[in-house]
Amino acid sequence: MSAIYPTAWRPPPFFGTRTRQRLVIGAALAYLVWSVSTLNVDANRALAGFGRALDLLARMLPPDFSRWELLVKGMKESLQMAFAATLAGVVLSLPLGIAAARNLAPRPVYLAARGLIVVGRTFHEVVIAIFFVKLFGFGPVAGLLTLAFASVIFLGKMLAEDIENVRSGPIEAVRATGAGFGQLVVYAVVPQVLTRTVGTAIYRLDANVRHSTIVGIVGAGGIGQTLSASFSRYDHDFAAAILLGIIALVALGEWLSDWVRRRLR
Amino acid sequence: MSAAAGKRHPGLWRRHSPREIVIGWLWVLAVAAASVWSVSALDIEWLFFQDAHEQAADLASRMWPPRWSYLPQIIAPMIETIHIATLGTAIAVVLSLPLAFLAARNTTANGFTWAVGRGLLVASRSVNTVIWGLLFVAIFGPGPLAGIAAVAARSVGFLAKLVAEAIEEAGRGPIEAIESTGAGTLQVYLVGILPQVLPVLIGTTVYRWDINVRESSVLGFVGAGGIGIYLFASINQFAWQQVLVVLIAILAIVVASEAISAYIRARIS
Repeated sequence: MSAIYPTAWRPPPFFGTRTRQRLVIGAALAYLVWSVSTLNVDANRALAGFGRALDLLARMLPPDFSRWELLVKGMKESLQMAFAATLAGVVLSLPLGIAAARNLAPRPVYLAARGLIVVGRTFHEVVIAIFFVKLFGFGPVAGLLTLAFASVIFLGKMLAEDIENVRSGPIEAVRATGAGFGQLVVYAVVPQVLTRTVGTAIYRLDANVRHSTIVGIVGAGGIGQTLSASFSRYDHDFAAAILLGIIALVALGEWLSDWVRRRLR
Repeated sequence: MSAAAGKRHPGLWRRHSPREIVIGWLWVLAVAAASVWSVSALDIEWLFFQDAHEQAADLASRMWPPRWSYLPQIIAPMIETIHIATLGTAIAVVLSLPLAFLAARNTTANGFTWAVGRGLLVASRSVNTVIWGLLFVAIFGPGPLAGIAAVAARSVGFLAKLVAEAIEEAGRGPIEAIESTGAGTLQVYLVGILPQVLPVLIGTTVYRWDINVRESSVLGFVGAGGIGIYLFASINQFAWQQVLVVLIAILAIVVASEAISAYIRARIS
């Protein structure tokens, strides 16, 4: 009898059956061995890293705020880039969002707009920044255009999805009055997507503040440029001050964006 | 009489009250002022915009046709990029669980530990993967190890925040049931709470992995391994035909990882 009733409780397997669970765990282990062996990570260097981390920490403390003008200038530039890019993104994402909505755009336009979104979303902001730096030279203009490009793609995608989710009743009702395409968008679509779009735009402003801190790594302006420069000069205590500044800026931006979006709902 | 009635009952329907209209316009004004301030202070050199389209056309002509003979050289870095993302995410999952329990109001020990947990979350999330890469290259030297550490450092906060929210929303029933069997705190966490938050953990992990593949593609710019090094080197050599090949390769792995991630998340929910 005791063979039928197990005496100890075992948690149920997460992946359906126990065999499947063992297979998943085995595959994960095999992957781990394979990936670590191909990466040829040097264990000695990894261990030496812990000592060097303490060393780096010692050089970062205490953070040096004596050059705060430089810090404030960089942060201001980042914020300005983020603001201007979000605004440009909102304006330019409207046509893209409408073009990428299946229920409004003709088929070829829809496919072209979706293709642009897929390709545009693939590349990290830093990659896009390199190209804008090549085209417009070093400085915040390249950063602004990078963030604006990324915002247009992101906001366009979100807007398209919101438009595809609108209720078709109002659209049919407005269409039945003989409205043209512009009137259809203004009277049937805009009232349904406005609140969500404002929320997405504020979320994107927050994301742009985050990304404005890194496009400077490739010379596209903002606080990232200051950070990158101080790091390459081994100016670690100033770098620590910049890092604290970035954390404060990003945390504040996220908190504000959460607060506004809660108010909107 | 009729004038008073007219005041109380306006002849024209308006959607917003006068107060709402004023507040709405104040918001518009504030946004306009902020944008004017940001655009004017950036010192935009509009001259650069005049020949931008020619520059872009020139760049495009230099990139075409892609030099496919470069592709075999970047297969290994492409795999390395995916490894960095996967191993970094795996480390982040392991570290995020204790952090999530520390940062959730109902499982943390006291106010101080909660503040420590929340502080770690904010620090991890606020610093971008690329900046973490900069830090870890200074610690581990250039190479994929720094990249893995950077991905892990950024993802820990992301995963732990969402899991901590799931822990705070976990149902009381299972927790009380496990407690009534005389289980210790750790047993309650592992048997009562963990199974409830596991779907959230797995969903966010897969989602984060897909973001991390994209992030790993640029970690090479700060020397933290992956395909970014080859992209950066090709750009610096003005080898634009190679750049196009690398960009196509990145497009392929990012789109593939997004598709895999979307498939798994659709299966879970």
